[in-house]
Amino acid sequence: MSIAESAAETTKASPIGKAVTAVGSKPKRKSPLEVFKEMPLLIKLSSAWLLFMVGGALYAKLDSALGGSLPLQDPFLQTNGFNPATGEFGTGEPIEPSSAAHWFGTDSIARDSFARIIHGSWVSLTVATVSVTFGIVIGGFLGSLVGFVRGRTETVIMALIDVILAFPALVLLLAMVSIFAVRNLYIISLVIGFLSIPPYTRVARANSLAISNREFVLAAKAIGTKPSKILFREIIPNILPTLLSFALVGAATVIVVEGTLSFLGLSVQLPTPSWGNMLNESRRDIKQTIMPVVWPSLFLTLTVLSLNQVGDWFQKRGAVRGSAL
Amino acid sequence: MPTAGADATRLTKSQQTEPLLVVEGLKTHFATPNGLVKAVDGVSLSVARGKTLGVVGESGSGKTVLSRSIMRLNTAGNVITHGRVSYDGEDLLQESPKEMREIWGVEMAMVFQDPMTSLNPVVRVGRQMTEHIRHHLKVSKSEAAETAIELLRSVRIPEPEARFSNYPHEMSGGMRQRVCIAIALACGPKMLFADEPTTALDVTVQHQILNLLEQQQKDRFMTMIMVTHDLGVVAGRTDEIAVMYAGKIAEKAPTGELFADMRHPYTESLLRSIPKINQPKHTRLAAISGRPPDLINPPSGCAFSPRCPYAQPKCFEQTPPLTAAPAPGHQYACWFPVGSPEGNQAWETNMAAGRLQTLAAAGELNATEDIPATIGGG
Repeated sequence: MSIAESAAETTKASPIGKAVTAVGSKPKRKSPLEVFKEMPLLIKLSSAWLLFMVGGALYAKLDSALGGSLPLQDPFLQTNGFNPATGEFGTGEPIEPSSAAHWFGTDSIARDSFARIIHGSWVSLTVATVSVTFGIVIGGFLGSLVGFVRGRTETVIMALIDVILAFPALVLLLAMVSIFAVRNLYIISLVIGFLSIPPYTRVARANSLAISNREFVLAAKAIGTKPSKILFREIIPNILPTLLSFALVGAATVIVVEGTLSFLGLSVQLPTPSWGNMLNESRRDIKQTIMPVVWPSLFLTLTVLSLNQVGDWFQKRGAVRGSAL
Repeated sequence: MPTAGADATRLTKSQQTEPLLVVEGLKTHFATPNGLVKAVDGVSLSVARGKTLGVVGESGSGKTVLSRSIMRLNTAGNVITHGRVSYDGEDLLQESPKEMREIWGVEMAMVFQDPMTSLNPVVRVGRQMTEHIRHHLKVSKSEAAETAIELLRSVRIPEPEARFSNYPHEMSGGMRQRVCIAIALACGPKMLFADEPTTALDVTVQHQILNLLEQQQKDRFMTMIMVTHDLGVVAGRTDEIAVMYAGKIAEKAPTGELFADMRHPYTESLLRSIPKINQPKHTRLAAISGRPPDLINPPSGCAFSPRCPYAQPKCFEQTPPLTAAPAPGHQYACWFPVGSPEGNQAWETNMAAGRLQTLAAAGELNATEDIPATIGGG
């Protein structure tokens, strides 16, 4: 029987990559629901919160895209002022306490706090996403590359990375933000994204150094695999899990950084809501009521806490899997 | 029986009397802060087409570095290699990295010691196999997959279609080593290096893997270099054996000849250190006292002299050259070879002087306190 014939039979019997639930082989991958069921309670709550946060941000974005037709109040509408849509003056009050009409009350110019917080989460989500993407794609690639090829490439790239890291992050951030005349969400995200590259590079490099010395890399070389293939097929897939769990913690950090910038008035410009600038605005009314400060703080804290918890959990899971291999 | 990937016609056409691989005066040194580590120090050998050479030695004797030097897989920046490695008439040490990539996998391949670490843990077995089949043989994805499944079948993996999409951690050690062998064989190499292929496996699986390697070698008319520390592994499966000590060849002979008429005391000690099944219970294992030599400052004279029961003053001063024994193909590097009148004389002199007790004591010392043996001359 020739090779081709027997192989053809084989493939007819079982198309590769599909019918592979044979005896003894374990289920391929857990569904997200199964993973969720395995989580400890705290991690379940944290993941739920993060889902709510992301869902809220997307909902808010959809709401503005549809011109405010979804059931969420307008974050820019001063509820005590003239409403051009209805042609009447609103009945709202500034710094209202929580009520059925305004769940989190209103701010100093009578805008709905809940709507502003939900819209503000879009800012945090964007900054976190851009930062993580930049970090993993650029930082992760650079780190994996230099850990694998070593030599002069490594010296040059790591020197640059170290220079960026040596600057106090916030000062560098302020300097870079002030270069731009317009400070919209995209500029802010790009600047924070750029500054997120160095930590990811260092993490990726440390892992790449260790993995490049593993025997399977040598084995790949010994069968004539091109260096670029070794990098993308052997090394990077082994680094990604570490980078992903690092990304969750990294996202928490940049959300705080963006909050700080907003608080200082250096992030997105008012009236666009963000958690940081809401804190700054409500700071003035803190003697009358503390709640306008508490709500955005609570969202910020819970989000950062959840990200850290989930990040730690992923890291631990990864560690167990790593040692079992 | 034709097997996937094997280019049987090419092999038989070029089947000639000249050896496939000739290594001449190969030296691999590593520059370290402590000095030059002479891991391989002037090794010459040749392997004929379709034959198997066993390279035997204890840990640190340079056998793994030798096989990696021949394949040019020593990647560290501090490696210094001299000598000539002639493969099918081409000097491998002169090839560019790009040319080497065309040789690796297609001309020569390697099976590594530990199947737990030589497979990528996060990539499915199938993709690890098909990647380089596609690269070297320039075939489509589905053809490569067919070839890979056929290879898995040829290394006797049950249900190869299911195993194809497994991750390495879903397999046992023996099965992983079979996969490693299948990967090494995928592009039909003419030469296979097996670097302690069974060390990490338990004994029953060892036997299966060795049989598999032997079978594949016969089917594909491959030339094989089997590196091992276990004389028992190579005894029945090689055509020739080279015993390495301290980066040099101590003795080299056709397998039958080596076991029948060994000349080097190191070979004898290695063989004696294998427990025999007919020995009474609680027989003390005849270990080789002392430890492998320091490769930065090897002992003067014969490197084995500090541990050798036959050693005479001459052994501590002059390095013995590789000498031809009467039997064809048998070479040894010893001043007082086992079984010769000089050797017997040396043994009796040492017995009378109590050297064996000294060696045994040194061995005990090393085992318990980890102090290097320093034995004076004579």
